[in-house]
Amino acid sequence: MGSSSSSTERIPDAQELMQETGFSAAHLVRLYERFEFLDKDDRGELRLDDFEAVSELAMNPIGDRIIGAFFSPGRETVDFPSFVRILAHFRPTDTNRTRNGRNGAQPEPANSRTSKLKFAFQLYDQDRDGKVSREELLQVLRMMLEMQVTEEQLQSIAERAIQEADLDRDDAISFDEFKKSLEKVDIEHKMSVRFLE
Amino acid sequence: ENTIHQRFNSVEIHLVVFFLLSVIEANHHVTNIIPESALLICFGFILGGIIWGADKAQTFTLTPTVFFFYLLPQVILDAGYSMPNKLFFSNMGAILVYAVIGTCWNAASLGLSLWGCHMGGAMGDLDIGLLQYLLFGSLIAAVDPVAVIAVFEQVHVNEVLFIMVFGESLLNDGVTVVLFNVFDAFVSLGGAKINAVEIIKGIISFFVVAFGGSLVGFVFGLLISLLTRCTKNIQIIEPGFVFVLGYLAYLTAEMLSLSAILSIVFCGMCCQKYINSNMDENSVNTVRYAMKVFANGSETIIFVFLGISAIDKTLWVWNTGFILLTLLFVIVYRFIGVFFLTWILNKFRLVPLEVIDQVIMSYGGLRGAVAYGLAMMLDENKIKEKNLMVCTTLIVVYFTVIIQGITMKPLVTWLKVRRAAVSELTLIEKVQNKVFDHMLVAIEDISGQIGHNYMRDKWNYFEEKWMSRVLMKPSARKNRDRLFKVFHQLNLKDAMSYVAEGEHQGSLEFVRNKNAFIDFKKKNIDDDYYEVMPDIMADMSDDHSEMSSDRRDPVPSVSLEMHEQNMKAVRESEDINTHHLLQQHLYRGRKQHRHRYSRSHFDVNKDEGEVQEVFQRTMRSRLESFKSAKMGVAPPKTLSKHPKKEQQQKVRGSQNFEFSEGDSASGFDPSYNAMSVRVTYRAGAGIENLGFMPDLDHAPSVQLPPWLEDSSSVVPSQRAQVHLPWSHSSLRRLAPLQTSTRSTDSDDPPNDLKEEVHAGKPSSDAELKLFCTEDWTRISPQR
Repeated sequence: MGSSSSSTERIPDAQELMQETGFSAAHLVRLYERFEFLDKDDRGELRLDDFEAVSELAMNPIGDRIIGAFFSPGRETVDFPSFVRILAHFRPTDTNRTRNGRNGAQPEPANSRTSKLKFAFQLYDQDRDGKVSREELLQVLRMMLEMQVTEEQLQSIAERAIQEADLDRDDAISFDEFKKSLEKVDIEHKMSVRFLE
Repeated sequence: ENTIHQRFNSVEIHLVVFFLLSVIEANHHVTNIIPESALLICFGFILGGIIWGADKAQTFTLTPTVFFFYLLPQVILDAGYSMPNKLFFSNMGAILVYAVIGTCWNAASLGLSLWGCHMGGAMGDLDIGLLQYLLFGSLIAAVDPVAVIAVFEQVHVNEVLFIMVFGESLLNDGVTVVLFNVFDAFVSLGGAKINAVEIIKGIISFFVVAFGGSLVGFVFGLLISLLTRCTKNIQIIEPGFVFVLGYLAYLTAEMLSLSAILSIVFCGMCCQKYINSNMDENSVNTVRYAMKVFANGSETIIFVFLGISAIDKTLWVWNTGFILLTLLFVIVYRFIGVFFLTWILNKFRLVPLEVIDQVIMSYGGLRGAVAYGLAMMLDENKIKEKNLMVCTTLIVVYFTVIIQGITMKPLVTWLKVRRAAVSELTLIEKVQNKVFDHMLVAIEDISGQIGHNYMRDKWNYFEEKWMSRVLMKPSARKNRDRLFKVFHQLNLKDAMSYVAEGEHQGSLEFVRNKNAFIDFKKKNIDDDYYEVMPDIMADMSDDHSEMSSDRRDPVPSVSLEMHEQNMKAVRESEDINTHHLLQQHLYRGRKQHRHRYSRSHFDVNKDEGEVQEVFQRTMRSRLESFKSAKMGVAPPKTLSKHPKKEQQQKVRGSQNFEFSEGDSASGFDPSYNAMSVRVTYRAGAGIENLGFMPDLDHAPSVQLPPWLEDSSSVVPSQRAQVHLPWSHSSLRRLAPLQTSTRSTDSDDPPNDLKEEVHAGKPSSDAELKLFCTEDWTRISPQR
């Protein structure tokens, strides 16, 4: 994307954002419009109730977790750069970018396989200690499973899941174990959304 | 003299064939290496040899009539019926490109190259003109669905790859038929009379044939659906209708000179959803099993016959150049075509197709019996070298099915093609896959993406509103309807406030009551205010008379849940396998296709059960955080949103609730449907019992959800600042609508209510209702 269209002028730090996230100018403009739409009070940042106004999310078992993912720990609002950064995780993987050798200075792009997995991992790992404990796994399972499942069954599922994935026997799933257990999964397909211009 | 044909009639031959099939099936070691189809062809050779030896003439051949009218339709009907629609339509663009452009390219390039070689003298002395070469090219160009199924079913490649090849093999029939007929007509006309008009006619005929065929299929699909909707009393014959009408679709298209394969494919694809919901479970099973039996049987016979037909001395003409060149060109041009088209397609696809997948796609371009059938249909008067063409076709078919079939699996393994998960997924994988699905839906909702899913949602809406109304049984429809009503009607902010307030006073019955049924129906904002609220009540009763409006639909859903719970209990006692458990209970998510293709899995429609549960849970957790926020020093939440359409609801008392809808009030627009509410309160207003609606015209026995009754004290932040939600005054109006008046003596903390409900184990709906109301009244004002 050579020249940015004039409509990106409204967006603060548009160039840096495009650089960082890989979104094109057209994508960015569209996302900004969406951001403004969600931001009902024109505050310039989104709050929890703005997200919750998206009605479909209440129907989503992990809707609240996804919402929570937009908020950095300790913060109560989401500004536009943070909004875009999270959404950048869902861009389709740039195969050429990942295949080129990367020097150490360049940070991992947001939509690389590792970053996507990290995002998914953090949905589980709410306390950000780098490990998904049994309790955290149980929480997610509770959300995902129907109510008819009893607590004992939940426990046994969580137990079994940890058993299958936990390699270093610390009764928790670290990010590497998580990555390993998902190595056969087609993350690129499963965690990509087509962003519109 | 008796020929074998006369001595062994067809039935016996078929029996032998089936017996052999079962022997082969039983021996997986063999079929792992050599695909069944190849084995069957070889068996056909043997059988043909026997017959030839006995009769000195090939009395069993695969005539085009038998093939096209008796053997092929079943296979294709089964293909259409078991087609994963969602996957197919997601990749429809790519499939169409391969089917149409790819096949045309194959035909043209093959025909022209062969003609070029002929001119160059590589084939010796043949009496074939350019047009005949093109005709030959068109009949051998098409990838064959039967062969693809036969070979790919042993090699479990990833589903995108499979659907590409498979979809292409089905859709290219439209092109093949047109090309074949067009060139056949050209050959009849002779070269001189071809001009631009004819060519344009040809192109137009493509559109007519393809779309016409699909339309015929579609119409028949609708017919079947309608029929199954009305056959409640004759369930035994239901499966029969499916087959008969499917076959009729095929014949009708054939009669109109349209693409019969396209017709029957679309018939199967169109009707699968409706007949699965309309028909009784047993009928659905019958249809599935019978289809598989017929399809497998036909496939077997086709391949055996392909083998038998070869053993015919009168047939064989050998021309090394022709045959070898054809074989070479078929493969080479397939590769070129696929790679080129994929290169173009990848520019538009969300996730590009990898090179390795392309290799397999090219290699999987198998020719089969369709080509042979078409070759047999050639007129030998017009085409002198018909036998040569037939032989070449046979050789190509044998090569692709046998050689390519045998080497497919090793190739796939060697190239490390991404496979479908045959092995058991780990629990983490299973959960995570679901998490991904939900995640994507959520992200699309948040980021307002209209795209892929937008079209699908629009189609879903149209389909739900119009098609299902006509084609599905009302009871089946009701089970689906509620899910979609959710999108129209959810008033989240309001619900959250109610929930928050209600919880404070322990009135949040629905949170505790597992069987509470959330009725999300607010189609008309103009209607009573009451109707606009999400109704949450324990809707157990099947009793219409109790219901004031058709909103309180009796609950096939809840009874289904009950039934489901019974079933579950039985199953669970037998099977505690955690994987099984997970599989059963994971929420399917909003955009999941209901249909599954395994023979042994029955999907009970649990849509709205899922939605209710999720909604309840979300509300509960939000209210927890809301509560904790309230307890703390939370800033006032202003709940006002952009109102696009405001409705002033007259409520007795002082509360005004305004509702606003998102952009598209009428349309179903998930991306922009931001239902929001502006809640305004007059400070210091009296506490009115919102639950008491004078303008409502319903029977007194109708229950309002308990928590709704006290929504007068729903708190926007302003009120919270005035006084804490859970105060005596706000609880005063806690009187439920029930006529009974009980004393509020015991002081049950809200938590216990949940346990009590479950501990009480109400055994019937009425009991549960009674229990709830009793318990409800027992909560003291202080709480």
